[in-house]
Amino acid sequence: MGFLLPKAMKEKAKVLDKGGLSRSLMRIAHEILEKNKGTTQLCLIGIRTRGAYLAKRIAECIYQIDNVRVPVGALDITLYRDDLTLVAEQPVVHKTEISFDIGNKNVVLVDDVLYTGRTIRAALDALIDFGRPKNIQLAVLIDRGHRELPIRADYVGKNIPTSRNETVEVRIAEVDGSDEVAIIEKG
Amino acid sequence: MRWTRKDLLGLEELTAEEIELILDTAESFKEVTTREIKKVPALRGKTVVNLFYEPSTRTRVSFEIAAKRLSADVINIATETSSVQKGETLIDTGTNIEALKADIIVMRHNCSGAAAILARHVGISVVNAGDGWHEHPTQALLDMFTLKEKLGRIKDVQVSIVGDIAHSRVARSNIWGLTKLGARVMVCAPEILIPPGIERMGVEVTHSIEKALQDADAVNVLRMQFERDSHGAFPSHLEYFQKFGITTERLEKAKKDILIMHPGPLNRGIEIESSVADGENSVILEQVTNGIAVRMAVLFLVSQARDSGNADPH
Repeated sequence: MGFLLPKAMKEKAKVLDKGGLSRSLMRIAHEILEKNKGTTQLCLIGIRTRGAYLAKRIAECIYQIDNVRVPVGALDITLYRDDLTLVAEQPVVHKTEISFDIGNKNVVLVDDVLYTGRTIRAALDALIDFGRPKNIQLAVLIDRGHRELPIRADYVGKNIPTSRNETVEVRIAEVDGSDEVAIIEKG
Repeated sequence: MRWTRKDLLGLEELTAEEIELILDTAESFKEVTTREIKKVPALRGKTVVNLFYEPSTRTRVSFEIAAKRLSADVINIATETSSVQKGETLIDTGTNIEALKADIIVMRHNCSGAAAILARHVGISVVNAGDGWHEHPTQALLDMFTLKEKLGRIKDVQVSIVGDIAHSRVARSNIWGLTKLGARVMVCAPEILIPPGIERMGVEVTHSIEKALQDADAVNVLRMQFERDSHGAFPSHLEYFQKFGITTERLEKAKKDILIMHPGPLNRGIEIESSVADGENSVILEQVTNGIAVRMAVLFLVSQARDSGNADPH
């Protein structure tokens, strides 16, 4: 499966396959546990759409390692974006689902691709409206560079240097039918 | 599905998909209203003007809260105390508000079609908060949102609308919206309060309250607008209550979990018995709460359509 690409775009390279993607998430889970010294006060919050699924998967990895279920939430940042008028596709406002108190927690924010940093800026604003976490860390599957804000990730699945006329597409089974990461060249 | 309209004038002109988009967006906004900080920055820097040519408290306050929860600035104009009293026309008032660089006008007007006229003459967004006997789209949307929330769907749901159908913009907007989404609608009132030809809107007509309650999943009880009775043709309060009032006794023959809805303000003891309005089947106050989420969704969507430059001019 995967996406039907417009004619002007072509897939340049696959950078992660199913196995590579799941190994990256498992390593991130280990690193999260190492840095936080276990699961006490730990919770994961994924940024919709794909970050929310990745957060669930990382939580599953943590369960496999430590046999503990950490709370997982999903954050929709549409209402906090500073570029609503710039995005070509009108974003649909989805529901934020955080059923636990984030006050005084160690929150790991999860997203698929880290690029300009503007999504994360919006996510931080949104998150702080829910309470005052002890700290917020950032886990991303792909860091593709080109930051426009002073933001960095604490956990990175894979660093992929890209040019601005490329895009990185993270595809995951729950949404796209398969697990893989590809670089797409805009024509 | 994309929202491309700069205005929300009524449900008649919307497609089923557009109505569903508003309801889905409202569901996300309802989550915002449950947070400790019930405010998001989506309309930061925008100005919403509430322009009310008819007295209204609940609709105006609901729009005001909705706009404030989106971080917009809100100005309220009640026309009794404005230059409308000096003879300014609707269009002049509208273009002046536009010149003040407001972004959205929420208007209530006693003439049917007033919102559409205003929308044609200004480039900023117009949201109809009730025009004459024509439409009151956000009320119908919040009614439908409540139905969907309670019953899980709107398709094939049986809804009875009881009361002054002839003078009711709430009834008309509900009929447009509900029939588009596949609900079955019955209207029930004394003959004089049923506009002729209403069957053509796809509804069934009855003059029997027993029949209206028999198979209904929900009954939307309209306020009897006695102030509109200029000809003395309305039944008396007591006569109306005896023949059409929603009472505990009448509900005994209805479905056990029938939803009781009312757009407010209530005339207790005229169209509805107090024990029903306050009873366990009543979702009247939930409608009020849902109104905020629905109006947030509407303000957000029209504003976004205009910003992205994709808005259809009209």
